[in-house]
Amino acid sequence: MIPLLKRDLALAVRAGGGFGLGLAFFLIVVTLVPFAVGPQSELLGRIAPGILWLGALLACLLSLDRILALDWEDGSLDLLATAPLPMEGIVSVKALAHWLTTGLPLVIAAPVFGVLLNLAAPGFFWLTLSLLLGTPALSVIGTFGAALTVGLKRGGLLLSLLVLPLYVPTLIFGAEVARRGAEGMGVETPLMMLAGISLAVIALLPFASAAVLRVNLR
Amino acid sequence: MTSIWEYANPKKFIDTSDRVIPALWVLSLGTLAIGLIWGFFFTPDDYRQGSTVKIFYLHVPAALMAINAWFMMLVASLIWIIRRHHVSALAARAAAPVGMVMTLIALLTGAIWGQPMWGTWWAWDPRLTSFLILFLFYLGYIALWAAIENDDTAADLTSVLCLVGSVFAVLSRYAVNFWNQGLHQGASMSLDAEENVADVFWWPALVAMAGFVLLFLLLVLIRTQTEIRARRMRALLARERMQ
Repeated sequence: MIPLLKRDLALAVRAGGGFGLGLAFFLIVVTLVPFAVGPQSELLGRIAPGILWLGALLACLLSLDRILALDWEDGSLDLLATAPLPMEGIVSVKALAHWLTTGLPLVIAAPVFGVLLNLAAPGFFWLTLSLLLGTPALSVIGTFGAALTVGLKRGGLLLSLLVLPLYVPTLIFGAEVARRGAEGMGVETPLMMLAGISLAVIALLPFASAAVLRVNLR
Repeated sequence: MTSIWEYANPKKFIDTSDRVIPALWVLSLGTLAIGLIWGFFFTPDDYRQGSTVKIFYLHVPAALMAINAWFMMLVASLIWIIRRHHVSALAARAAAPVGMVMTLIALLTGAIWGQPMWGTWWAWDPRLTSFLILFLFYLGYIALWAAIENDDTAADLTSVLCLVGSVFAVLSRYAVNFWNQGLHQGASMSLDAEENVADVFWWPALVAMAGFVLLFLLLVLIRTQTEIRARRMRALLARERMQ
């Protein structure tokens, strides 16, 4: 599993510029928001936690079809399927690689972008923590969506349609943690729910992704 | 001893449903007519809501069937995954658009009812939001069926999506509840609740619900038959091309 992870990371960083694209998209979304709603810093500060979460979610969505599509096209996915590694392991590694190349940079960049949107001071810690807990769930759910649509020629739009409803609980609890944190309220309940969703999704969803991928490779 | 699995045979399914469908036509339209006419014309107006309350006889049964249709798809998907009966997969496929329309009816009648009562067509109330999310789930499910060419692959993938989607739909329901307390009234037709709507409203609503259930069954049977015949037709055409 480690060599597969290294290979995926190397491919993501070196080949074809997928790496950093999500981050650039996140920056652009954050830049566009004040143009859309106006530059009043009070309003921006109020909607900042939600905008940052939504931006991170969309940036994550943007790179989902790269998780499996390239390996599918050049046939390395078939080779991986015949390898002794179980399919559940493969999809988990794929999700981890996606998180390391897309989710983690978003988590690190989010506080910086928070400055642009005038996020309240106590919000920075909670925003970063909620993204750190929530983005792994986004990657794992996204891998499931990618596995569903991998065989399709124009799967990109369908992938968004399938994955976005599945993102609803994560977004609700994640943005709630960031919002409550920024307003100085208690965050325990949504924080625990967010962590619970992430852990459950990491533990269970790879089985569904692997089942779906096996069907697609049949 | 006949078993329910006999209907996994497409021929047997079509023969039996052919016999059931005419009766279902009469029953479902009859029950719907009785329930709706009773509800619309022979029940008193609500003392606060006036006659607008009568949209209740469309709104509640449609909402009920919107959820039950998804549940039926879940059961059919499980049967497909476990026992691989094609009729089951096709029944799930056939039920999806019906469930989606029911969701849409519930949302639209809710908006029409909400306008005079709450003063707004739409509010981000937990139930309204959950139904909107359910609508999106139906949309994704139907789109996935339409996008895949191989029938068995499509059946497998949509079944797994239905299972995963069910878990996330329930999760979303509770997440949305946590996120916003709403305007929507609580449950008022439960069998075990202390306080329910009065009997004069309860009985016609129950008849209307039965009508919607029968209508749903009827539509799903007809649509499943259509799916089976369409697939048979494709197989015949493919065989002709081979010769």
